[in-house]
Amino acid sequence: MTGFLAIVTRLAWRNLWRNHRRTLITLCAVTVGVWAMIFMTALMRGMVNDMIRDGIESLPGHVQAHHEDFRFDPSVASLLPLTDAEIEARLVEAGIDRFSNRVNVPAVVSSERASRGVTLYGIDPARDRQLSFLAGALADGRGLEGEDDDGIVVGRKLLETLDTDLGKRIVVMSQDPENDIADRGFRIVGVFDTGLEAHEESMVFAGKRTVQGMLGIDDRVSEVAVLGDDFRNVTPLVERVRTLFPENVEVLPWQELDPYIGAMLGVMDGFVLVWIVVIFLAMSFGLVNTLVMAVFERVREIGLMLALGMRPAGILWQLVIESLILLAIGLGLGTGLAWLTIQPLEDGIDISALAAGMEMFGASPVLYPELTPGDVLLANVVVLLLGFLASLSPAIRASRYQPVEAITRID
Amino acid sequence: MPLGITLAWRNLWRHPRRTWLTLGAIAFSNVLLVFMISLQVGMYGLMIENSLKALTGHIQVQARNFIDDRKMRQVVPDARGLAERIRGETGLATVTPRTEAFALVSSAERSYGVQLLGVVPENEPAISSLPGLVDEGRWLEAGDGAGIVIGSVLARNLRVSTGDELTFIGSARDGSFAAAVAEVVGIFDSGITELDRGIAAIPLDFFDETFAMRGAAHRIVVTVPELDTVPGYMDDVQALLPPGEELVVHDWNALQPGLRQAIQADIGSAFFMYAVLVVLVAFSVLNTQLMSVLERTREFGINLALGISPGRLGRIVMLEAGIMGLLGLGAGALLGGLLTAWLGVRGFTYPGMEELAASFNLPGRMYPQVTLLSLFSGPLVVFLFTLLASAWPALRLHLLEPVEAMRAA
Repeated sequence: MTGFLAIVTRLAWRNLWRNHRRTLITLCAVTVGVWAMIFMTALMRGMVNDMIRDGIESLPGHVQAHHEDFRFDPSVASLLPLTDAEIEARLVEAGIDRFSNRVNVPAVVSSERASRGVTLYGIDPARDRQLSFLAGALADGRGLEGEDDDGIVVGRKLLETLDTDLGKRIVVMSQDPENDIADRGFRIVGVFDTGLEAHEESMVFAGKRTVQGMLGIDDRVSEVAVLGDDFRNVTPLVERVRTLFPENVEVLPWQELDPYIGAMLGVMDGFVLVWIVVIFLAMSFGLVNTLVMAVFERVREIGLMLALGMRPAGILWQLVIESLILLAIGLGLGTGLAWLTIQPLEDGIDISALAAGMEMFGASPVLYPELTPGDVLLANVVVLLLGFLASLSPAIRASRYQPVEAITRID
Repeated sequence: MPLGITLAWRNLWRHPRRTWLTLGAIAFSNVLLVFMISLQVGMYGLMIENSLKALTGHIQVQARNFIDDRKMRQVVPDARGLAERIRGETGLATVTPRTEAFALVSSAERSYGVQLLGVVPENEPAISSLPGLVDEGRWLEAGDGAGIVIGSVLARNLRVSTGDELTFIGSARDGSFAAAVAEVVGIFDSGITELDRGIAAIPLDFFDETFAMRGAAHRIVVTVPELDTVPGYMDDVQALLPPGEELVVHDWNALQPGLRQAIQADIGSAFFMYAVLVVLVAFSVLNTQLMSVLERTREFGINLALGISPGRLGRIVMLEAGIMGLLGLGAGALLGGLLTAWLGVRGFTYPGMEELAASFNLPGRMYPQVTLLSLFSGPLVVFLFTLLASAWPALRLHLLEPVEAMRAA
């Protein structure tokens, strides 16, 4: 039926431009609406993806394995039942190569002037680099150079709170498995800066072997963080890791370790859809109005076409296609405009004036919009689909006109 | 101009479907705006109140640099006396001193570092939300010598419950060693991990003895009944500070800068969304009005030839827009108000909101309240833009030549 479709489409196209003022205004409205849909979505999406990446990188990874008691008693008493070497062997054998074994215990750090409660992480810097923010956030000094490194890396805010500085010594105190105090002096060799003061104040990093030695725990670790390929789809990885460990080891995906961020992802997906639909509804009144006015003006002409033999379906399709063409152009322009306005913002929108507020959300003070094909596709599909539905009513009505009545309509 | 109004009204209903659709656009946007603004305004108020109620309060008196340095020796001398004076002068009962220090708290099996707070037990329930969140045991009482209240996560980590003993050690005000034993009298659960894991409270006198405070404190916390009275009370408190001493008064904005900024960030993004809605409505109205003017070109031509001024005709067009705008405003405000009121009773939530809300000290279910501001601010802006959008078609009338217009198709 391509002949029929071709004629109807040509008629629809020409009809659009008969009243170019009206078409242009409606086109403007659609373009602005689509731009708003995509732009806002990109901003929010970027913010949430950043938050998720930050959350995952500090530090659960996509999947984390630890002793089943660890979340209730995050101390040296809840270490993983396997040795470090065994864990590493099992993971490598299973084909998992991006993981980090860590010691994770509460500790107190003291400088000459002050003390603070922190979480002490004993890491293997080479492995940990792939999973955590540490390597990228180093602002001063150097990173840890190996599992045996006897230096310590702390956050910038902690440096201020303790009133100490790079190169100075601090004492780290924790508990060993016999409930005795285990302490050791460390020299501050590096300072990290993430923009999130809460992290900077509560985390300190040292070499894994050094920490194991200090605590007297031989070759044991507290947790294993594993990184997969896609943070949205971690269930298969969770299963793979679970098979490698005995019953009393808890293996969790990141959504359960940090329910706030897990919830944020779901909410954001929902929000995007709602936002698109709301904008469309606001636009739809104008769209339907345009179509209704167009039909009204051409009642006599439609009647004539029907009398001359055009099938009612032809009228219907003509009007629907008119709508769809308008929407398609608007979508193209809107998407293009959105892309154009997002490009220059790729380096981030700096809202550090509101940094403390963003920290409450868990977001960094620089917003990076992220244009995802999924969101663009969603916007386009929703607009076209709902647009099609919205234009059906006036179109069906028009196709049902009685030719004689329509031709002789005066008003 | 009653004749103008009659004409405008009749013109609107010459094309009922078109008018209804435009009214629909205006009303729809208004309903959305009323709902969203009501939700926002209520949410911010709640967020501020809940966040401040935990520990911060509305106003604090501190030593000059304490807010940045948090050093033991940066104290407010004779804290009880100053608190009493503030109470007397301002008439507020909700004034209390507090001390704080970092301490290592140990149970039989575990040790953790916490922020230890010295509080006046009988004052706290009216000022902070923590006493009300004690769900095991009880809050501190005036007679408690060596009692301590800790958070639920801390209790779990230390493996203690009420009745157990804890030792704590830290650094006193003069730099010497401070240590004491306390009995757990209560455990609170605020839902905020930082508080439940990192805070412990003991009576102010007990703290004073142990840490050699000599009657000084680190903060005097003041809460006020209405948020907008804070600046007034700030001045009052400022006037009561002894001259020469290095004491300053801070309001909650300085104490929790994140709060105001989080709200500003949220307002910023909300504004963007509102702006988009308003612009879309404006386009709708522009389209309608332009079409309605253009299709009446011949009629306007006749009117002009008969002697009616273009200005008068323009006013009729504007009146059409105005009537439509007012109807849309009324309908939108009414429907929006009803929707919001209904949700205000039923509660409004969406999946995932509970977890998100917790980190802002908000409940998982919101009850939006309709206020005059939320009911009319959005719709009024829409009304304004409706009029603006109609201005151009109305002004175009001045360009019409009567004879040409009468011959128009």
